[in-house]
Amino acid sequence: MRIWRIPDQVIRLAVVLVAAVVVLVVVRGRFVPPSFGETGHYRADAVEVATAQPLRYAGWQVCIDCHDHEGELKGRSFHRAVSCEVCHGPAAAHAEDFEAQTPLIPRQRGAQCPACHEYLSSRPTGFPQIIERLHNPLQPCIECHDPHDPTPPQVPESCAACHAQIARTKAVSHHVALECEICHDAPVEHREQPRSFLPKKPTQREFCGGCHAEDADSQAEIPRIDLAAHGERYLCWQCHYPHHPES
Amino acid sequence: MAEENDDRQFPRREFLAKVLQLPCSAAVVAVLGPLAVSAEASEDGSEASELYYGMGIQVDRCIGCGKCVEACKAENDVPREPYYFRTWVERYVIHNDGEVSVDSPLGGIRGFPPLEGESEVLRSFFVPKLCNQCDNPPCVQVCPVGATFKTVDGVVLVDSDYCIGCRYCIQACPYGARYLDPRTHTADKCTFCYHRIEQGLLPACVEVCPTGARVFGELGALASPLRRLMRMSPLQVLKPYLNTEPKVFYSKLDGEVR
Repeated sequence: MRIWRIPDQVIRLAVVLVAAVVVLVVVRGRFVPPSFGETGHYRADAVEVATAQPLRYAGWQVCIDCHDHEGELKGRSFHRAVSCEVCHGPAAAHAEDFEAQTPLIPRQRGAQCPACHEYLSSRPTGFPQIIERLHNPLQPCIECHDPHDPTPPQVPESCAACHAQIARTKAVSHHVALECEICHDAPVEHREQPRSFLPKKPTQREFCGGCHAEDADSQAEIPRIDLAAHGERYLCWQCHYPHHPES
Repeated sequence: MAEENDDRQFPRREFLAKVLQLPCSAAVVAVLGPLAVSAEASEDGSEASELYYGMGIQVDRCIGCGKCVEACKAENDVPREPYYFRTWVERYVIHNDGEVSVDSPLGGIRGFPPLEGESEVLRSFFVPKLCNQCDNPPCVQVCPVGATFKTVDGVVLVDSDYCIGCRYCIQACPYGARYLDPRTHTADKCTFCYHRIEQGLLPACVEVCPTGARVFGELGALASPLRRLMRMSPLQVLKPYLNTEPKVFYSKLDGEVR
């Protein structure tokens, strides 16, 4: 019967291997954070750290719990989508303890309103904009506009109150003398509920032809075209921008 | 006897092999097990979670007021210096000669000055930018220590206690959404206000956006403002050719936007 005996070199190798495994386990246990790998290749505790960050903005639902009058007024106005803390600043501390912090109350002219409502040509058209230098100078905005219900005290007289970019473009064009109403049949209600009552736009070439056709009854210096030959099947405004026709 | 010996030898050899295998495999499982398990968890963890967050940005509604930038800095204690942003607003100006210029003074936190040379401008518009919370995030791939990661709800976070500040992720982000916090010397970026969304609140930038240009929600929810935006608008993501699969979707985005 053969006596089977583990060779010395195998024993030595095994010792080294076991030592290496022990060192690996100890080192890994020491350097890898406890929650590492629980939900992925990261420390699961880090998610809790991120979740524990304190709030600064309370959210409008919390505000209107106490300020229900303002909430109701604002909820029916043009500012219904504007959160309280847009103008009043972060107020989580105030919501927690109303004496701990007093939110901003921007009463001076230019404190908050022009940040959104100062005219910038890059702003989307239809967004109400003013030129602060020219719009009732020196008066605080809240003298005429309630920020919680900013419906203008008078219905805007000029279309430029909201369509400033179009008005300014038209002001330097040959169409400067044309009133908006000549081309746009705007219902009166559009001035109070702009999105519910949309103004009309011309739909036919003959509308422009009223001034620009060869046989039109208009001033002599107005450029004329032959409606039948010019522009083929296109409508006028598919090539010419009516608010700046020479561009 | 010879036959018997053979019979005994074979089981013994097998037995020894098994005995030797046992401690080794146990050790391997003990050491590498969590890694293997974690790899599986992160692969199907996203499907396991019902919450998967995304954001929609309606470019044609942004008025460039900078309230989102201000709110983000206040909510997340971002350094006030003008080169650290989790979100910022850019103004794209396309000139008559086709040249495109982009400006973002102080990240847009104080709004924008009037455009100069307006007669040369074909069109201009504002584009809010933030971390795109990529579904296939390059920043996570390059992190050498696993300090930045995608949570089960799809939000990419930074573990600032574990970050070694090597800046690889800042280099790797194709959207420039990361910065090195000068106080902690660790990487930082937008978290979709993780502490807020976990409480059912909106991210600070969405909360204060006065025109509703920013829309936040779960990508899977059927009746939500985000779902409606995704149903009604042609959407684009930034740099789609990089296969980062962003979860910030832009509607009416101009092709000039990078």
